[in-house]
Amino acid sequence: MGNGGGLNSVNRRAFLKAASLPCFAACSGALMGLPLAAPLFAAPAPENDDQFVREAKFYEKLPYKKIKCKLCPRECVIDDQERGYCGVRENRGGTYYTLVHSRVVTAHIDPIEKKPFFHFLPGAVAFSLATAGCNVNCKMCQNWEISQVRPEQVRSNYVPPEKLTGLAQQNSCRVIAYTYSEPVVFLEYVLDCAQAARAAGLRSVVVSGGYVQAEPLKKLAAQVDAIKIDLKAYSEKFYKEVVNGQLKPVLEALVTLRKTGVWNEIVYLVVPTLNDSDSEFQGLARWVKSELGPDVPLHFSQFHPEYLLKNLPPTPVETLERAKAIADAEGLHYVYIGNVPGHPAESTYCPHCRKKVVDRTGYTIAGIHLHHGKCQFCQTPIPGVWS
Amino acid sequence: MLTKNRLRTRRSFLKQGFSLGGALWALKVGGGMAAPWPATESNRSRVVIARDGKIRTAGSSLDSAELAKLLDRAMQAAFNCDSPLEAWKKVVRPGEVVGLKVNCLGGRGNATHPELVEAISERLRQAGITEIVVWDRQNADLERARYKIVERGSGLRCFGNDTLGFEENLSTFGQAGSRVCRTLTQVCDAVINLPVLKDHGIAGVTMALKSMFGAIHNPNKYHSNAGDPYVADVFALPPVRQKVRLHICDAINGQYEGGPSYMPQWMWPFNGLLVARDPVALDYVGWKILEKKRSEMGAKSFAELHREPHYILTAADPEHRLGTCDPKHIEQVEI
Repeated sequence: MGNGGGLNSVNRRAFLKAASLPCFAACSGALMGLPLAAPLFAAPAPENDDQFVREAKFYEKLPYKKIKCKLCPRECVIDDQERGYCGVRENRGGTYYTLVHSRVVTAHIDPIEKKPFFHFLPGAVAFSLATAGCNVNCKMCQNWEISQVRPEQVRSNYVPPEKLTGLAQQNSCRVIAYTYSEPVVFLEYVLDCAQAARAAGLRSVVVSGGYVQAEPLKKLAAQVDAIKIDLKAYSEKFYKEVVNGQLKPVLEALVTLRKTGVWNEIVYLVVPTLNDSDSEFQGLARWVKSELGPDVPLHFSQFHPEYLLKNLPPTPVETLERAKAIADAEGLHYVYIGNVPGHPAESTYCPHCRKKVVDRTGYTIAGIHLHHGKCQFCQTPIPGVWS
Repeated sequence: MLTKNRLRTRRSFLKQGFSLGGALWALKVGGGMAAPWPATESNRSRVVIARDGKIRTAGSSLDSAELAKLLDRAMQAAFNCDSPLEAWKKVVRPGEVVGLKVNCLGGRGNATHPELVEAISERLRQAGITEIVVWDRQNADLERARYKIVERGSGLRCFGNDTLGFEENLSTFGQAGSRVCRTLTQVCDAVINLPVLKDHGIAGVTMALKSMFGAIHNPNKYHSNAGDPYVADVFALPPVRQKVRLHICDAINGQYEGGPSYMPQWMWPFNGLLVARDPVALDYVGWKILEKKRSEMGAKSFAELHREPHYILTAADPEHRLGTCDPKHIEQVEI
């Protein structure tokens, strides 16, 4: 998934420039992990695979010990001893198991803006984690070393839900973020953690590609406080050739999500020559406005060469500005440019009076001009979760 | 389709150019070894189908001595040699570390038979090979198929990819981008591929080409579209393509339905081995054997089930050139 690429996505010059700003100091560590109250994990625990194994939710049993996974639109039919496309769910004798419950491969403390969430508790820090695995295989994945591997191929730590909430609290995080790889494939763990987090007064946010069936998505939306969807493109061709998935189920998931009422933002990583045409930007903006409404934040993010697309250049800023101009013209209220620290389109503007209501530079909040979720200047409500 | 080849940069082009040079050099110093394809003087790929009911005893268990004899006859026929040793010497050189890539996913009931591995190992020793590594995906897979894990020592070792792990860097070809197991890249000088003759519920069939999914870290990513073009792309990854020299398909039993899991109700005693240097030709012949059996048993064809193994055709296309699937260019020898 693209979200975790904050560090990878900021070029060195931009990073140094941003880090030198006084207001950035408080958050600069976040780019490389904020200072921690204590080490996240004392030492890699000796791996006992059984402790990570739970029976999966969302599947059906078939004859001859086969199973059909009902978690994502692939609906993998899996033979005994085999795994699904995600690589983290295994059929053992006709019962389907997740192999990654409490199996954390990476954890960082990030500003919520890094996810990015721009309308959700600005300035909050999120205890951010992932397990191995993903249900797509994007050629531009910034985190492929954890998302495109099997759990036994990377070192991990056993972090059950209670331990996770404790770690978040010890490190003064109000939010837990399930991110970096694809939380859909470790959904059982997310659901258990989100329940524990809610009981402890913490919020949960999810960063996902949205390649998920309606039932698990609804269960997820009921347990967490915000979901950001990486919409990879607005064309089936791109999804087929670059993502190894399909666009239609992601659009359906976005509609389902909107109906649940959970806070939602969308990121569109603009990849030069592959998903950067005017017609795609226009089609996307029109679809968002008609199906989700004009208030859903839409982030156009800069691509940087990674994984299997190292042959393409970073997205020119002009392309991102063109995308924003098209989406603005279509009537979307909150269109952002991402991964370009210092760009004016990182900030939130009131759609009525056009004044800046959340002032951002990189991942840093320079000022918030909202009062009870309304523009401080003209009292227009600004949608989001502000407190 | 978007391919890295079509989008390659100047740097990657130059790198590829150097790699090609390296490959030619390797071919030269490896003079005398069997070129992967074409395989015969007639410029056709030879696929030997060797069968003998005597490899089973009256109690239906395997007769190791008869199996070894069948292997000898198959090798002589494949390499047109007067003795099996002469044939093996066309495959390996003394001092090389030889990997035997078995296929153990089907467990005890439908994996590469250890008796076959023993017979091959014996002939390799006679050909001057002192280091043999039997390997597959995971230690647990090997153990389920009656292999004993031996990770250290000299002589005959046996372990899964979980022992040494995978290369950090990706190997790429077409749609495939994978880490290749260190057993293949760092331990083995040459690999002999020992798949089994069986059906695959997604990819149609699984034999020589698809068995190399056991050499990469992410096989679960490559089953879409009945494995096409992924199976061909994975076999075309340079470390795989350069080291696999021979394919001996364990066709002691065949499984025409329900694979890759072990499903005894759909297995039959084929009592044979398929031997070829060309993995595409071998898979094509094996595919037709399975189709014929399906027809005999009243099962639908792979095409009717939308799982015809088109990846075999892709493996033969000009982009891959892994072998031939043109019957006119396949010399099928039945003994």
